[in-house]
Amino acid sequence: MLQQAFNGLVGGAFYALLALGLAVIFGMLNVVNFAHGACYMLGAFGAFVLLDSFGVNFWVALGLVPVVLGLAGVVVERLFIRRLTPLDPLYNFLFTFGLALILQDLVKRQYGVQSQPYPRPSQLTGSINLGLFEYPAYQVFVLVTSLVLCGGVWLVLTRTRVGMIVRAATERPELTRALGIDVARWVTPVFGFGIALAGFAGVLAAPMRAVNPLMGADLIITVFAVVVIGGLGSVFGSVTAGFLIGLVSALGNYYAPALSQTLVFILMAVVLLWRPAGLFGRPEEVL
Amino acid sequence: MIISRLAGRPVLLAAGLVAAFVLPWSIYPPVAMDIACWALFAAAVDLLLGFTGLLSFGHAAFWGSAAYVSGLIALHTGLPFPVAVLGGALFAATLAAPIGYLSVRLRGIYFAMVTLAFAQMVYFIANQWRDLTGGENGLQGIPRELFGIDLSDPFFFYYAGLPFVLAGFLLAWRIVRSPFGRVLVSIRDNPARARALGYPVDRYKLLAFVLSAFLSGIAGGLFAISHGFASLQEVYWTTSGQAVIMVVLGGIGTLWGSAIGAALIVLLNDYLATAGFEEIGIVTGAIFIIVVLLFRVGIWGTARNLIAAHTRRREAATSPDPGAQPQQEDINTPAPQR
Repeated sequence: MLQQAFNGLVGGAFYALLALGLAVIFGMLNVVNFAHGACYMLGAFGAFVLLDSFGVNFWVALGLVPVVLGLAGVVVERLFIRRLTPLDPLYNFLFTFGLALILQDLVKRQYGVQSQPYPRPSQLTGSINLGLFEYPAYQVFVLVTSLVLCGGVWLVLTRTRVGMIVRAATERPELTRALGIDVARWVTPVFGFGIALAGFAGVLAAPMRAVNPLMGADLIITVFAVVVIGGLGSVFGSVTAGFLIGLVSALGNYYAPALSQTLVFILMAVVLLWRPAGLFGRPEEVL
Repeated sequence: MIISRLAGRPVLLAAGLVAAFVLPWSIYPPVAMDIACWALFAAAVDLLLGFTGLLSFGHAAFWGSAAYVSGLIALHTGLPFPVAVLGGALFAATLAAPIGYLSVRLRGIYFAMVTLAFAQMVYFIANQWRDLTGGENGLQGIPRELFGIDLSDPFFFYYAGLPFVLAGFLLAWRIVRSPFGRVLVSIRDNPARARALGYPVDRYKLLAFVLSAFLSGIAGGLFAISHGFASLQEVYWTTSGQAVIMVVLGGIGTLWGSAIGAALIVLLNDYLATAGFEEIGIVTGAIFIIVVLLFRVGIWGTARNLIAAHTRRREAATSPDPGAQPQQEDINTPAPQR
C-alpha cells in the first residue's frame, strides 16, 4: 500500500514535470503545446541515441539533451509559433499538433515501434531501504530530482525578479506591459525552458519506461487532463495535480485495476462539474 | 453579382452530386466509400469548428463508438445495415450529451483539451472491454446486407451507403442555414452579445455538439460496416486529429470544403499506403503545418476569395457605384473566436 503510494508519486513526477512545462508555456505565450509529449519522447530517444551510437552516459545525456531540445524549441518559437501567437490560440494548438505528428512518425520511421532498451546508470542499479520497504534506487532518484526541480522552479518564480516578471506576464500580460516591462523578451526563453523540462523528463524516463515513438503521445493527453484538473493558468496547480493524479492512479491501479487508465478522466469530469476552472484555476480565465 | 451567385450554387451542387455518384467508377470503390464517410465526419467537425467556434479534438469518441455499436448490432442481431448505422449514431449522440455538458462551458483551447481527454477515456474503455470490442484485434467480420440483398461488393455498397452521407450533408446544411444555425454563428462571433440577447449559449452549444456527434456517428457506423471491421484506431486521438486536418485543409466554416479536404487526405493516405510508406504523419503533418501557417482559409476559402476578388474587379469596371461592393459576410470566414 505504502509502496503503491510511492509508485504513484514516481509516476506523478513525470506528470508534474510535463505539466509544469505546459503551464509556463501556456501562461507566457497562450500556447497549448501539443508537441510537449513528442519533446518528452525525443528526450528519451536523445538519451538512447547518445548511449547507443556515441557511448555517452546517462548523466551527460541528462544535461545535454534538455539543452539541445530547449534550443530547438527556441528556434521553432522564433520561426513559427511567434507568427501564430497574435491569432486565436487554436492555431498554435493545431500547429503543434502537426509538429507532433511529424516528430513522432520521423522517429517511428527511423527506429520502428518496438521499445528500445536503456540501462539504468550503474550508480543507481540497486535498491534503497526506506525503513518500511526496499525501493529501487533509480525511482527514488527520479522522485527526488523531480521534487527538487519543481521546487527550484517554484523558488525562481516566487523569489526572483525574473520569476516576478514571468508570473505577472502570465497572469496579466497587458497590465505588465503597461507597467513598462518588456514581456516579449521573456517569451522565447520561457518556451525553450518548458521544452527543456519535457526533454529532461524524457531522459529521466528512458531507464524506467519503454522508449518508443508513441511514449509521449498517450502521456500528453493524460497530462492535459492533469492540467485541466489543476487549473491551466496555475503553475502551482499543475504541479500539485501532477503528483496527486500519479498517487490516485497508482492507488486506483492497486484497488481497481480495471479502472486504472480511466480514473484520471473520471476525476477530470468530477472536477469540471464541481470547479470548471480546475482546483487552482481562476474562473474568469477559463469560462 | 447576386444573380451570378444564385446561378453558381445549383451548378456547384450539381457538380458535387455528379462527383459523388461517379466516384466509384473513377477510383477503387472502397476508397470512394472512405472518402464519403470521412467527408461527412469532417463536415460534422466543421459544424462545430466553423459554425459554433468550438474545436473538438475528441470526435473520434463519437465516430469510433458508433463504429463499434453499429458493428455489434450488425454482428449480433443481423438487422439490416441502416438500422445498425442509425443505432450507432444514436449511441454517439447519447454519449455526446454528458461529454458536451461538461465541455461546452469551457472556452476555446480548454474545450479542445477536455474533449481530447474524454475521447482518450473512451479509447481506454474500448481497449479494456475486450469481451465487447475485441480489444486490439478489433471487431471482425461485420456483415453487410439489406433485406437479404448481399452488399459485399464494395461497388454496390457505395450506392447503398451514399444516401446516408448525402442525408447527413443535407442535415448539416439545413442546420447551418436555419435560425438555429444563425444563432450558433453569433455565438461563435460574440458569445457575450449572444448571451446578452437572451440566448442560452451553453444549451445551443450543447445541442450543436450532440448533432455533430450524431453526424459523426452516421459516418463512423458506415465506415465500420463498409470495412466489415471496427478497431481501436477508430477511437484513437489521431482519428480526431485527422478530421480536424481535413476541415482546416478544406477551409474552416465552409462545409463543402470539408468534403474536398477529406477526399484529398484519404487519397493521399491511400497513395502512401500503396507505395509502402507507413509514416503518413510526416506528410499529413507537414501539409497541415503549411496550411495553418500560410493558407488558414483552406482550399475552399482560397477559391472563394479568388472568385470574389475576380467579380469585385469586374464589378468595379462596370459600375463605379460604391453600393455595388460585394458584402464581406461569408467570403472570408473568421477564425474561431475564443
